[in-house]
Amino acid sequence: MNRQIVKLSAFVMALFAVLIGFTSYWSVFDAEALKEKDANKRPLLEQQQIPRGRILAADGTVIAKSVAKGKGASKRYVRRYPEGTLFGHPIGYSFVKYGDSEFEQFHNEELVGEGSEFSSIADELLGHTQEGNDIVTSIDSEAQRVAVGDLEEQGFGAVVAIEPSTGAVKVMASNAPFDPNRVPYEYSKLANDNVETPLLNRATQGRYPPGSTFKVVTAAAGLDSGAITPETTIDAPGTLEVEGTPLQNDFNEDFGPIALDTALTNSVNTWFGQLGQQLGNDTLFEYMERFGFNSKPPIDLPEDEVLPSGVYDIENDELLHANDPVDLARVAIGQERLLATPLQMAQVAAAVANGGKLMKPQIWKRVVDPDGRVTDNMDPSVYSEAVSKETAEELTTAMEGVVSEGTGTNAAISGVPVAGKTGTAETPGNLACGGGEEENQAWFIGFAPADDPKIAIAASVECTEQFGNDVAAPIFRDVAETILNGEE
Amino acid sequence: MTSARNRELLALVPVAILLTAGFAGVFSQENDQLGNLSLIYGAYFLGVCLATHVYLRIRLPNADPYLFPLMATLTAFGLVMVYRIDEGLARDQANWFVLGLVLFALTIHFLRDYEVLERYRYTIAIGGLLLLLVPRVPGIGQQVNGAYLGVKIGPIAFQPTEFTKIAIVVFLASYLREHREVLIVGARRILGVTLPPLKHFGPMLVVWGASMFMLVFIRDLGSSLMFFAAFLALLYVATGRFSFVVIGMAMFLVGAWFFASTVPHVHERVDIWLHPYADPQGSGYQILNSIFAQADGGLFGKGFGQALIVVPGTDNSLLPAAQTDMIYALIVNEVGLFGAVGVILVYTLIAARGFKVALLAGDGFSKLLATGLTAVFAIQAFVIIGGVVRVIPLTGVTLPFISYGGSSIVANFVLLALLLLVSDRARREAAEPAGRVPALGAAA
Repeated sequence: MNRQIVKLSAFVMALFAVLIGFTSYWSVFDAEALKEKDANKRPLLEQQQIPRGRILAADGTVIAKSVAKGKGASKRYVRRYPEGTLFGHPIGYSFVKYGDSEFEQFHNEELVGEGSEFSSIADELLGHTQEGNDIVTSIDSEAQRVAVGDLEEQGFGAVVAIEPSTGAVKVMASNAPFDPNRVPYEYSKLANDNVETPLLNRATQGRYPPGSTFKVVTAAAGLDSGAITPETTIDAPGTLEVEGTPLQNDFNEDFGPIALDTALTNSVNTWFGQLGQQLGNDTLFEYMERFGFNSKPPIDLPEDEVLPSGVYDIENDELLHANDPVDLARVAIGQERLLATPLQMAQVAAAVANGGKLMKPQIWKRVVDPDGRVTDNMDPSVYSEAVSKETAEELTTAMEGVVSEGTGTNAAISGVPVAGKTGTAETPGNLACGGGEEENQAWFIGFAPADDPKIAIAASVECTEQFGNDVAAPIFRDVAETILNGEE
Repeated sequence: MTSARNRELLALVPVAILLTAGFAGVFSQENDQLGNLSLIYGAYFLGVCLATHVYLRIRLPNADPYLFPLMATLTAFGLVMVYRIDEGLARDQANWFVLGLVLFALTIHFLRDYEVLERYRYTIAIGGLLLLLVPRVPGIGQQVNGAYLGVKIGPIAFQPTEFTKIAIVVFLASYLREHREVLIVGARRILGVTLPPLKHFGPMLVVWGASMFMLVFIRDLGSSLMFFAAFLALLYVATGRFSFVVIGMAMFLVGAWFFASTVPHVHERVDIWLHPYADPQGSGYQILNSIFAQADGGLFGKGFGQALIVVPGTDNSLLPAAQTDMIYALIVNEVGLFGAVGVILVYTLIAARGFKVALLAGDGFSKLLATGLTAVFAIQAFVIIGGVVRVIPLTGVTLPFISYGGSSIVANFVLLALLLLVSDRARREAAEPAGRVPALGAAA
């Protein structure tokens, strides 16, 4: 029988080896994936037991902090947001039962102070308890307050302000707002409100027709590709027949042969429509992509909460590309099926403001460990070289005309040169606006000071019967003024 | 060469250190200070182990020197884990441990000539099977998670399956010792498959039937799996016919499949095993949280006392049955893959020592008894750990010596006593010239 006993013994050893194999799989090899599972509340519950770091505005205003509840084994930390709705977007929330969102989710590891496995062993041996790091953001709390206030007056929409030279995000406001403190109490109400969608960050997820603000991209493509110079004239009639449908200027105004300055200042549709056709799909799409279209902006927010901009196949919610059939004349003036997020349009303004270089937009500025040491700093990095410095300067000149004498005069700031572009996309029958026939999406993108840009801003307002200059340009002005005053 | 008992004594030292360190770890975690209570617990445990050691020195001087320290290691580890979950449970467990050792000593005292067990094999088998039915007796039976596993009389609760497994092994070892020859010789080849002779195989079918019956009647998939695996292991060792094992396995699977598709409880267990994410907050909650707890442990674990067992601030369990079925998940969470592998290695070493006892044993009954006891012990560990790590459906058997549970501790110490009895005789026969010990075959 000994032979059988030896074999049985080997079989039992093999069974135990299988157990070791499975244990290794769950505890090490598949561990990261398991921690991501929705059903897995353990990581959140554990994080709740360590004080999560604070999130601060650039001026030190506390955006989010953790307060202790309970004692002993049931001691846990709960998130508090002292400013309520002010920073609901883009900071988001973090609660055990409802998970986390936006900035809180993206920067979770730093906020809970998650180190390597070995450093946590060292901590354990030394009796340290894990503590989270603070994160200081670039958000200008005053400007954010102005943006949120203005939006509440004008309607649903979003404002994004970026420092052109670094990509630092100074304002990101979205209306309707939400108070993260209320999430544990009225989550389903917030999450199921399909009209106001308060949990949706419209700055990164609101896809709107950009209207005439997109002419900046078309102009950039024209200048940078060499198709036109600032002096090139194109005949701009009142109406242009495109693909069987007339493309009209406002009031059917016939401008005759004009150059870029006049065309941008007066937002002449027939001029840009022809330029677009002249550029062709490849060139226009190439420049769109250089400005960040067709990909998710590389901002420090969760990937599923940031949407790409571009020409959409609306039915399938898919992006179209250069080889797909599109009405190029209408794409060139920001119509057709072109949709852009406020963040994307802020990137366009920021790239022009920064001499053609688009910087990676980032909300965080630095990480500070519990002992007060700065452990990490945001390193500005170039995301794309959209256009040449020369093109950027030529565009700036044209965009200054828009504000000084054109369609965007309400964006003017006394004593400061401002460059910008308005946009008013008609969105008749938009169900989100109640289906009215006179509804517009009003835009303004721009930067200031035009000769030494400190801030680039995109403001977008949904469901308004007014124009970009009436509702969006004043928001730009207020926010830009606040930021520029704060810098003095 | 150091004598067996001296080696045992040496091996007990790390056990005491492990226990003391473990308690110290849990204490410092919970009280932020190191009281001397952990030292008292350690000293108490060591004292009990030493007493047992002295007893073994007198009664079974030649028995395997590693089995007792290995099992003491598991008990010590189990005590620390249970203590970490609930102080009161750990006190119970410590008392059960002492009672287990008393039964251990009594077994050794009264069953020194353990071949008397052979004489009562049918009584033992029937008694064991009847024990299984006790939980269905109204008034004292308890239903846990849909299975009738426990008996509760007054304050004392126990699970009869723990004792039945020993009874079944004793019966099978004895029966197979007597009938193995005919089972081999009488085998016939039908359609290319070697079948055992029906007449002698009958009692085996009874065991198979009993195993299946248990599935339905007490709804205990784990125990029936464990019993049946032990049965196949013994059958294989006794006859050397792998085909018998294959046939047995096929019979079990057919039976299991039949019940899985007709008995809702069994069906549900299998379903949860295959599709845990189907209902993560309901039926899949336990196994998913077992795996999540393991994922959280990583290589080195979170440390003693660090695992979350309930949702903080509430009574909602995050690891249901942490002190019994799920204790292995808790171990992985707190001491990591390394600690868990350590635990599995201790079981592996026990299995290795147990099979060594079987190899050394001189007569058929001793060989089969040692094999059966070792196999049933190892398979029990496999069934519950396998359930927790999702190798097989999760079923409610205890992790021997570690899980909280009085009957488990006590029964396993009886099992250990029997193994040591076999070992003592085998090693004495090996050490002394043959002939001085009466050959057991003659007694049968």
